Amino acid sequence: MTLIYLIGAFLIVIGFFVNRNKVINYSLLGLFIILQWTFTIYSLYHFRTTELDYFSFDSLGILLLLTLSIVAVPAALHSFIYIEKHPENPETRSIYFAALVGLITATGVGYLSNHIAVTWIFTEITTLCASALIYHHRTKLALEGTWKYVFICAISITFVFIGILFLSLSLTHAGSDDLSFKNLLANSSKLNPFWLRLSFLFIFTGFTAKLGLVPMFTAGIDAKDKAPAPAGALLASVLMNLGFVGIFRFYIVIANTPLLHWANVVIGIAAFLSVFVATVYMIKVKNLKRMFAYSGIEHMGLVMLGVAAGGVGYYAAILHVVLHALVKSCVFFQYSQIYRIYQNKSIYHIGNYFKYNTTGAIVILFAFISTSAMPPSGLFVSEFLIFRSLFEANQIIVLISVLLLLTMIIWAFGKNIFKILFIPPVDFDDSNLPKISPWESSTQFILLTGAVYLGLNPPVEFVNLIKESIMLLPK
Amino acid sequence: MIHVFLIIFLISLFYMAIANRMLTYVNILALQGVLLFFVVFFQLKEISTLNLVLILLETIVFKSLAVPLFLKYILKRNKITREAEPFLPHFVSLIIVTLIVVVTILLSNSIKDTNLDKIFFVVALSTLFTGLYFIASRRKIITHVMGYLIIENGVFVLSLAVGNEMPMLVNLGIMLDIFASVLILGIFLNKIGDVFKEVDVNQLTNLKDY
Repeated sequence: MTLIYLIGAFLIVIGFFVNRNKVINYSLLGLFIILQWTFTIYSLYHFRTTELDYFSFDSLGILLLLTLSIVAVPAALHSFIYIEKHPENPETRSIYFAALVGLITATGVGYLSNHIAVTWIFTEITTLCASALIYHHRTKLALEGTWKYVFICAISITFVFIGILFLSLSLTHAGSDDLSFKNLLANSSKLNPFWLRLSFLFIFTGFTAKLGLVPMFTAGIDAKDKAPAPAGALLASVLMNLGFVGIFRFYIVIANTPLLHWANVVIGIAAFLSVFVATVYMIKVKNLKRMFAYSGIEHMGLVMLGVAAGGVGYYAAILHVVLHALVKSCVFFQYSQIYRIYQNKSIYHIGNYFKYNTTGAIVILFAFISTSAMPPSGLFVSEFLIFRSLFEANQIIVLISVLLLLTMIIWAFGKNIFKILFIPPVDFDDSNLPKISPWESSTQFILLTGAVYLGLNPPVEFVNLIKESIMLLPK
Repeated sequence: MIHVFLIIFLISLFYMAIANRMLTYVNILALQGVLLFFVVFFQLKEISTLNLVLILLETIVFKSLAVPLFLKYILKRNKITREAEPFLPHFVSLIIVTLIVVVTILLSNSIKDTNLDKIFFVVALSTLFTGLYFIASRRKIITHVMGYLIIENGVFVLSLAVGNEMPMLVNLGIMLDIFASVLILGIFLNKIGDVFKEVDVNQLTNLKDY
């Protein structure tokens, strides 16, 4: 089935280039969504099996694949609306949809791959697809954003490759040359610590470009800013999860070696710095879309803090990753409606949103409550568990500083969000506004409700999937 | 024999640190491709012939012919000035590159692994850091691309060190080479040359937070 899925997605991508008819394009997109869901349901029924040697339907992969498929439906829907509302020519439209399909496929298969080199290959493909999405508008700024994204991602991909080379050196003593995570885990006691250390540093640094962590986070911010909002939603949620999978699967290997403590220190430093950097930018930033992107950096910083703290933090980290994907994509979908009304990204020119689009304003309000992890948001539960894990790991100073930084983030975020909702913008001519149907916001309500439900009352299967993903980690 | 080529490779980095003209950079990249060709030829004795031919073709056709020719074409088409315009004087560059090499040699001395030929490690790691240094210290976007190509060459050397045991990794490295170079060079340098008239990193500062 994995092969059918890959070939099917590839044919659909080709189809976009062969025929640029509007109706055919939309039907191909619909066909892909059906394919995506068929594959997801198939994977649920074939839990714990391996296909084509390199793709395992394990718990972490399935959990994130399911998240991806859930986010993919509104992403396709909002892409359709986006393309309809903008004057597009057939060429840019077909490239956009082809890149979207490619991105979703590569991300999904990347989650499932059980071999570090295969994860690496699919991460490379996501860079290619994402760059086509970022360059969608063909403007000078879009080109700048694309260039920075491609260049930094190329360097980080190279870093991951160097990490894989060092990993293969560390494996030579084990008398095996199979770089699958399973084999690495089985031989974890025989891995050479020196090479393993170097390897972890390079692989971690490389994947931070996708995950959005210090040091390589900058490229992702520009990308999410310049990509069309529905594509930005994918970049800000599911693509970040791909970086998380890359790091987390390798972390499981490290966690079973004596290097666990050292790796935790490395991750902890990067994670804390990410929260710090996100705070600094959130206070200063005036571009709404970039503010949402920086909020993603903050959340990924918290996730990795949970991983570094260990214990209940592992559980919280995976829960947080899933919930964050739902909530953050919702924010970006809503952003596209905001932009349609104000035609501006600057906070100074956006305001009084309740008056112009009441349904959308309610989404923004709920999304703010969700992203800043206030109850009843599901993120509240995961963030609370992350704090508890920090407390149990006796990292009181880190905990207090993170809490202080988070307070500042909530203040900065809230200040801007409430300005958007209630304060009238300067020099805004509201005589000729587009009508926005309340139905467009319905997907966002579903996503937000889903995040609340999964956080407060998680189904048993969901909890079991998370518990199984972290089973191999030390208690 | 391999060591001779690898040391010439290292020396080419020093030359690049003091080179002033863009064409010299391109020529050094082509030379590095040829050097890698010989290293591959002498190093990879245990892999299948077909795979070896593929790797050799990649070094000679891609690294030392296609990419340099394309870079020359871009230089000409976009009328990029001949000087490299570094932020730092050449002398300082030379010292920094020397320091990088010395530090990697010191680092390699701390390795107690008999499986690895240390010279591969030294050359690869110093090439990597020199490439990063070039990216940080040069003004033009095209020199950034060249810095990236240098990094790729360094990674290629490293992959050769384990090439006999795991030829798959060398092939992956080649894939990375071609993929990233085509993506960076082919699509964007063309576009960037059209949109930004003076191709300078100082022009890429419009994406701001406020």
